Amino acid sequence: MQGLEKSYKELRVLRGVDFDVERGGIFALLGSNGAGKTTVVRILSTLLKADAGTVTVNGFDVARQPAKVRESFNLTGQFTAVDEILTGRENLVLVARLRHLKDPGAVADTLLRRFALTDAATRRVSTYSGGMRRRLDIAMSLIGDPPVIFLDEPTTGLDPQARVEVWRTVKKLAEDGTTVLLTTQYLNEAEELADRIAILHEGRIIVDGTLDELRRLLPPAEVEYVEKQPTLEDVFFAVIGENGKHDEHGAAGESGEDR
Amino acid sequence: MTTHFFGDTAVLTGRSLKHVTRSVDTIITTAIVPIAMMLMFVYVFGGAIRHGSGAYVSYMLPGILLITIASGISYTAFRLFTDMQAGIFERFHSMPIARSGVLWAHVLTSLIANLISLTIVVGVALLMGFRTGAGVGAWLAVAGILILFTLALTWIAVIPGLTANTVSGASAFAYPLMFLPFVSSAFVPTDTMPGPVRWFADHQPVTPIVNTIRDLFGRHPVGAGLWTALAWCVGILVVAYVVAGISYRRRIS
Repeated sequence: MQGLEKSYKELRVLRGVDFDVERGGIFALLGSNGAGKTTVVRILSTLLKADAGTVTVNGFDVARQPAKVRESFNLTGQFTAVDEILTGRENLVLVARLRHLKDPGAVADTLLRRFALTDAATRRVSTYSGGMRRRLDIAMSLIGDPPVIFLDEPTTGLDPQARVEVWRTVKKLAEDGTTVLLTTQYLNEAEELADRIAILHEGRIIVDGTLDELRRLLPPAEVEYVEKQPTLEDVFFAVIGENGKHDEHGAAGESGEDR
Repeated sequence: MTTHFFGDTAVLTGRSLKHVTRSVDTIITTAIVPIAMMLMFVYVFGGAIRHGSGAYVSYMLPGILLITIASGISYTAFRLFTDMQAGIFERFHSMPIARSGVLWAHVLTSLIANLISLTIVVGVALLMGFRTGAGVGAWLAVAGILILFTLALTWIAVIPGLTANTVSGASAFAYPLMFLPFVSSAFVPTDTMPGPVRWFADHQPVTPIVNTIRDLFGRHPVGAGLWTALAWCVGILVVAYVVAGISYRRRIS
């Protein structure tokens, strides 16, 4: 992803985002609410067109080969994208059919087992708990074994137990060789999962590296004073300047800067 | 991408038809309002309405059928709106499928659901004394006009389904459409209406459509009204399709 820009009317959400994600492993895109994480994911997943910049997924250009790109990834959006009126199994079969797989029923049953949803398979999704929905949602995103997975705030709104479950799934995916791009506003989540972390702030990537590299950004004095390793949270707030509250004003105020 | 258009559309249509069959109440509500109107008009007002010869139920059935369609398509807007909100729309769009199939699935579902409701309403009308000597050709012509009208209104319904901010906003547009038949030749002949109202009634789409269907059922020769009716249906269909296409592209860019 090079020089990605996107504006909504006057508001310049992304103002030159660059990053590369290596194959395999988990890449976390970290940022406050409204930092533009979801916009990045929507552009990566061909749901939104960028104003400027080039984006490639699995070697395919998002703007010029959207069909190829869509064959390369699966998306778990910020809000669970499941069909409430269908049963869990029907949801999985539906996606398997749309991916033109040979035996949609068998694909569905395997995933139901893997996500501990077999007992609830024939119930309508409207009766599911939040955690079960998210599990189904992620299961739907695994159908067809795409090489890349985008997870947009996969644990927002989940209880801690369900969150740990999702974490386990994500780690398993990465172990199996899938490239995972994850956005989150939970710092401990990035700390727990990610091989590499990028911080998106005011429309730009301001830091990009491994957790250790990010830790080294803070002056050692801080380490001595606190007498412990700074958490990622410390790093986050230190590198973005303050608590990130001036986000929108900053974005609007500087909009004329480099047109 | 288009290689899978028909297969994908079929799969997606199957999905939204399950929504219809699992909330049978939507089909019943779609049919119940026109049936209630039919009962009211035939057994309450009908005796006082001078409409010409024949049973009044036969006179007003074409208008009732159009009201059935107008109330049916509000569910189309509702289903589309719910999909947009639920994020499932984005899931479909992020998959390697024929994107336009997502909208077409809703349109086909609307068509099938409306045909079921129309069949129910015609069945009740038969019980209430509706009789026609129309042959197979005339019935097919009626079905064709109703299908065309359903498609035209469905594409209108797609627009609020894509652009509305609230559920009620998504389905509210159907009410004016449901009342349009009242200011037409659907229930009373237009020649008793005062000047401007009559002018409106004679020049709005419902009147030529109703008159054509009535002539087909009554085995009267269909006049130039048929072409006016078809022109309205096709005109509405084309305009609604184009506007829906624009709202759709705006929504996904």
